[in-house]
Amino acid sequence: MTEVTELSRPEGETTAIKEVLLNLGPQHPSTHGVLRLVLELEGEYVARVDPHIGYLHRGTEKLAESFTYTQIFPLTDRLDYLCPPSNNLAFALAVEKLLGIEAPIRAQYIRVLMAELARISGHLLITGALPMDLGAMTALLYAMREREMIMDLLEMISGARMHTSFCRVGGVREDLPDGFFPKIREFCEIFPNRIRDYERLVENNRVFLKRTQGIGMISAQDGIDLGLSGPNLRASGVDWDIRRDEPYEIYDRLEFNVITRDEGDCYARWQCRVEEMRESIRIIEQCLDQMPNGPFQIDMPTIAFPVDKDRVHCSMEALIQHFDLAAYGFQVPKGEVYSAIEAPKGELGFYIISDGSEKPFRMKVRAPSFVNLQALFGVSNARYLADMIAVLGSLDPVMAEVDK
Amino acid sequence: MSSQTPLVTSLIAERFGGAVENLGFAHGIHAFSAPPEAIVELCRFLKEHPALRFDFLSDICGVDHHPEKPRYEAVYHLYSLPNKWRVRIKSRLGDPPRIASVTSVWRTANWHEREAWDMYGIRFTGHPDLRRIYMWEGFEGFPQRKDFPLRGYRDKLNPFGAEGQPPTQPDLATRDIP
Repeated sequence: MTEVTELSRPEGETTAIKEVLLNLGPQHPSTHGVLRLVLELEGEYVARVDPHIGYLHRGTEKLAESFTYTQIFPLTDRLDYLCPPSNNLAFALAVEKLLGIEAPIRAQYIRVLMAELARISGHLLITGALPMDLGAMTALLYAMREREMIMDLLEMISGARMHTSFCRVGGVREDLPDGFFPKIREFCEIFPNRIRDYERLVENNRVFLKRTQGIGMISAQDGIDLGLSGPNLRASGVDWDIRRDEPYEIYDRLEFNVITRDEGDCYARWQCRVEEMRESIRIIEQCLDQMPNGPFQIDMPTIAFPVDKDRVHCSMEALIQHFDLAAYGFQVPKGEVYSAIEAPKGELGFYIISDGSEKPFRMKVRAPSFVNLQALFGVSNARYLADMIAVLGSLDPVMAEVDK
Repeated sequence: MSSQTPLVTSLIAERFGGAVENLGFAHGIHAFSAPPEAIVELCRFLKEHPALRFDFLSDICGVDHHPEKPRYEAVYHLYSLPNKWRVRIKSRLGDPPRIASVTSVWRTANWHEREAWDMYGIRFTGHPDLRRIYMWEGFEGFPQRKDFPLRGYRDKLNPFGAEGQPPTQPDLATRDIP
């Protein structure tokens, strides 16, 4: 064990304590998946931490090299499984940049709408799971109640609750279903009050506050140095949101605030996410108001599947087009692209090198959780084992994305 | 976006001359190719120059161009938080691949470099702790190289793998590449 970081130790503490090596995980409920932390303990103090990852490594990048571009969408679903629409969107954008195309406006609105729903669903889990890690079970149960509503909405759109795979290169798979608008309007009306409920559950909870406020501080400088992104970095006071700074899709038409906090502790990271859910609701409402009519898929028979499925059953050309696309995919011009979006966990980037064939020559996923987890080395003021749990929970890593 | 092009290019050309080659601007990113010896210096220059300030390292990525020569490549993606620019640095590496570590410039490079070592066997000299990160200790071969079969090699745990033996290579970071 060489890669280690000295964590802070109370000043003036000189008593010799025997060191204990503790394996936290890989099966431990508060590691949020299969993460193994090898902790060197001096009594109750954490002297060194050494994360071991890779228990969930599926080789997404290697697999992608043997898949056509359309086939890769289900793989991206399984990165951050709390918010698959964001991952789909990031990948679709990268391929579209290489092809030099843009999805129709309606498709862009649908994608953004789904990505924001996914952001709420991802943030809801951490909103509930962090208090649960620290002993307050109730918040998680309430958060799950609302998450269920989002699942229902996603199911209504795509037919799948978790792995939606709804994006396609050049658009989305289908149009929004009938009866979707009243349903999501109802959700937008109910949800802000529910956010207030979570806050009330926690903000007067002295145990929760004691264990998160002033614990696990990350300064802005350290955060940038460690490559933190998303709400984790914004909680340290860095005002950076890719949705606003490098607007993709139709984010430049929407109004929303970038939430920052200056404290940089576990509580600030939690607060940032709760506030972001409010902004997401605003974005969703604007999407609904502005949703234009029009096609949901680009009109390019060489790239997009035929929209009218009845034609596939009756017309020879449509059948051949469908078969060709499904069996062989489409060719993407030679070149390379790095495209990043603001996923719920941070900067999710896809670096794709194309050699001009139907399959990517190399696909690299810049997974935000992977980088954020590294910040375990950079926290200060987390000297107890119990603080480690709070820090880990507030960094919100999803192990499927860490391990790719 | 496009306004960055002349500034970054001229500053780099001024400082590094012909060593750092300009690969042009595409899809919102300016790309450069640098020799492996110059990588740390270039990264530090991009990070610390007051007009550029590429202070955020997004990603380090290994690439295997088998059977082309030189075979390997390390690709760095940087982002400038104050200027909102992106830049890509590419460095072609021979066999065995070896490049200086940029952990002294950004701490976040640590795990990215461990991943590139694990998957491609790119050795980052000066890295404080170059261990495998995804695969387990004692795993043989570098799985994302193009000549590594998709299903791995057949052994008692992997009946569907390809025939043959994984190419032997020093696995421990502490041991030097022959």
